[in-house]
Amino acid sequence: MKKLLLSLLVVVTIFAANGAVAAADLEINTPAIAALKASMQTRHGQLSPFYSSGAVGLTKDGMIAIKDANAVPLKDRGALNGLVSAENADRANLYKEIATANGHPEWQGDIQNTFAGRWIDKAQGGWWYQGAGGWVKK
Amino acid sequence: MKKWLVGLSLAAILPACVTINIYFPAAAAEKAADKIIDEVWQLKQGQEGAKPTDAPAGKPADTPADAPAK
Repeated sequence: MKKLLLSLLVVVTIFAANGAVAAADLEINTPAIAALKASMQTRHGQLSPFYSSGAVGLTKDGMIAIKDANAVPLKDRGALNGLVSAENADRANLYKEIATANGHPEWQGDIQNTFAGRWIDKAQGGWWYQGAGGWVKK
Repeated sequence: MKKWLVGLSLAAILPACVTINIYFPAAAAEKAADKIIDEVWQLKQGQEGAKPTDAPAGKPADTPADAPAK
């Protein structure tokens, strides 16, 4: 009986240790991730007014998209397109970098989905995001 | 009988230990996402949504020393 209990204790300990590893934080402190964050932070200053005006919205897949080009003067639309493309490229890289930094490139899609929900949750009131049935104003 | 039980519990639990690290850690990912979004959008606790829509949320107040990529 003692032996059985000891074995169970060992098993439980191993299990707990594994659980602790799984619950640990994800690695996000790499130079690549830091560079992407800095780049996105700088760009956010330019994108922010477009979120507010509804020209740009948050997509349900963790990216951004032009929602209403008419909210932007014709002459500024080219610049806006460039901003959106650059932001989406950074975001795609960010999701990929987090997955690879944690040794699981296959997590990229899950990480992207996680971010998609969090971007929308943290968006300011008045910004637009893609719901199940289309664009929604927060 | 005892050995059999130990063997069974090991057989049941050990594979779970192997697979548990392959599961996507959803809670840790949310935490990481929150941290990154707070930095990118310059959100500090309690400030989210408190500012009017035209507030310059992008003023880099405490940008880290490393230069931006672009």
